[in-house]
Amino acid sequence: MSTLANDPRLIAGEASFRGIVATYRRRISSGDVGQLPVIIGLVVIWSVFGIASGGTFFTPVNLVNLSLQMAAVGTIAVGVVFVLLLGEIDLTVGVMSGLAAGIMAVLNVQAGLPGPLAVLGGLVAGLLVGAFHGMWITRFRIPSFVVTLAGLIAWQGVLLFVLGSRGTINLRDPFITGLAGTFFTGIWAWVIGAGFVVYVGGTAYMQRRNRVAAGLSGGPTLLVWARTAISAAVVALAIVVLSQDRGLPLSLVLLVGLVVVMDFVARRTRFGRMVFAVGGNAEAARRAGIPVDRVRVAVFIMASTFAAWGGILAASRLLAVTQSSGSGDVLLNAIASAVIGGTSLFGGRGTAWAALLGILVIQSISNGMDLLSFEPAIKLTITGAVLLTAVTIDALARRGREQH
Amino acid sequence: MAVSTRVPLLELSGVSKRFGAVQALTEVRFDVFAGEVVALVGDNGAGKSTLIKVISGIHPADAGQFRFEGRDVAIHGPQDSASLGIATVYQDLALCDNLDVVANLYLGREVGGRGPLGRMNETSMEQRSIDVLRRLSVKIPSVRTPVESLSGGQRQSVAVARSVLWKNKVVLLDEPTAALGVAQTHEVLELVKRLRDEGHGVVLISHNLVDVFEVADRITVLRLGRYVGTYSAATVGREQLVALMTGAVPGEAANGEMPAGALPPAPPAWRADSTGPSAGIPGEVGR
Repeated sequence: MSTLANDPRLIAGEASFRGIVATYRRRISSGDVGQLPVIIGLVVIWSVFGIASGGTFFTPVNLVNLSLQMAAVGTIAVGVVFVLLLGEIDLTVGVMSGLAAGIMAVLNVQAGLPGPLAVLGGLVAGLLVGAFHGMWITRFRIPSFVVTLAGLIAWQGVLLFVLGSRGTINLRDPFITGLAGTFFTGIWAWVIGAGFVVYVGGTAYMQRRNRVAAGLSGGPTLLVWARTAISAAVVALAIVVLSQDRGLPLSLVLLVGLVVVMDFVARRTRFGRMVFAVGGNAEAARRAGIPVDRVRVAVFIMASTFAAWGGILAASRLLAVTQSSGSGDVLLNAIASAVIGGTSLFGGRGTAWAALLGILVIQSISNGMDLLSFEPAIKLTITGAVLLTAVTIDALARRGREQH
Repeated sequence: MAVSTRVPLLELSGVSKRFGAVQALTEVRFDVFAGEVVALVGDNGAGKSTLIKVISGIHPADAGQFRFEGRDVAIHGPQDSASLGIATVYQDLALCDNLDVVANLYLGREVGGRGPLGRMNETSMEQRSIDVLRRLSVKIPSVRTPVESLSGGQRQSVAVARSVLWKNKVVLLDEPTAALGVAQTHEVLELVKRLRDEGHGVVLISHNLVDVFEVADRITVLRLGRYVGTYSAATVGREQLVALMTGAVPGEAANGEMPAGALPPAPPAWRADSTGPSAGIPGEVGR
């Protein structure tokens, strides 16, 4: 007997279906709502648009479009999740995406650099900008909101300067356009899907086996099978539907891949633990010997670099970089995605998957309203209302936790 | 064993600390032996918390000698203090509410993996967490519970458990029972006794003299940043202690050391009971 499972209040170890349900219900009632509201919201949104559009929403061509639309902002949102985990904000991710795309376009089209090098140039620009933000915030103890608000204005100016008098640069490089223009069909799509399912199921299985071998409660085997089966079903359905049109988009695979890697970083590595600790209680983290400022700088570097990568994906899809690249609702949607997906604005709570779930919600609403030819006035109002709802759920859940 | 031959785990003398215009500590001395609880008492502004911060290296002293297990040492920062084996449990807990018990116990010292992107060994951390909590009889529903959903006493117990997970020799507790209920206070004081029985030197800061008398072997009194005296908890009375804390009567250190204008040293009858660190320590005899 090497667990503390003797406590009658402890239901978590119960290896039955009832135990799982009871644990989950207790978590929700104690304010840990997790991903439940967003999944319910997604079902509602899909049902509404599916019916209202007369089924057009669920056609393969529209779902492929939806995947392509999601990739860029979803990638940016992954970085935003980490910034929010720290309890900070980065308002420059929108303009940074445009700036990186602009630098890539200039390097490729005007300086004649090969596509991969031009993309690398854009990413390095993101890295440097993030390092600048992070160091300015930590060195001078200025709130990230103010530093990145200044950046929001300044980097927009730099983008205009980079693009020069032409204003628009069209992209023809096959590597760059291939990022959003490549699709996996047939066997390749299935190999990638299978790889994902094996990863999800395999990690759950290995984790349980290690815990049981160490004499800890491993949780129900049922949960491992359920996780594997659900992810297999979702992946198979997605591949079947997407294959009826152009196929599984490379940019979607890249987004999901990024989410999987960053989820591992957040939950399983020392760095991820440090990020959560700094977001939860920075002073406690400092006293525990965590290099708080270095963690902050690293996260701002990540956010800007992912923003740059997202901007490059967006440029690849639009085949051009313009003066308005990365402006408009890119910033709002990236932050909204992270928050709607269940990342707390107050720091210390969230997962990398929030970015994917959140962008799925945001882009589904946007896509659905486009199908129904809504006015921009209505689109903006509804998107704002959804964001407000998500933040309110977070605030209420937070209050629920504090009462316990 | 004769008390005089034992070497204190930690011994300070002549410690002074100034914050701008405020002389927070003046020529303070202090010592703690292995396997004993020394309470540090004094009114607000007496310098208790400052002394703790000096020992833990958060605010290094301006002057003073430090000896650890008889060796002369220097404490210039938190790393120095930690590497000697001195752990501090702060008043404001210093736990991350959003992380679970295991993550908090191992915060900053995670097991497994190389570098910041190495994979942590969660099973090993969880096993050791369960072991240490059981050894200290800390009762919590699950080590995977986020700290925010624990009671105040459980949270304090987790903070204390963290300090002994790392083979520390001296544990500094800053107001561990402030803001705790009766049962929870009892829980934490029992934990303090277990630390002592395991051979740790425990330094306890508390405003609550009931708590102090329940667990302390010796009591060191500070007043206005100065050392007043150290007394055996078995022999000093509660009223005496209050009088010493408020300055109504001078302490043993007063002989010739009192600032000008203070009361003349006129030892009252109970003065004979008091003992200094250089004299015999009744609380220690026979243990």
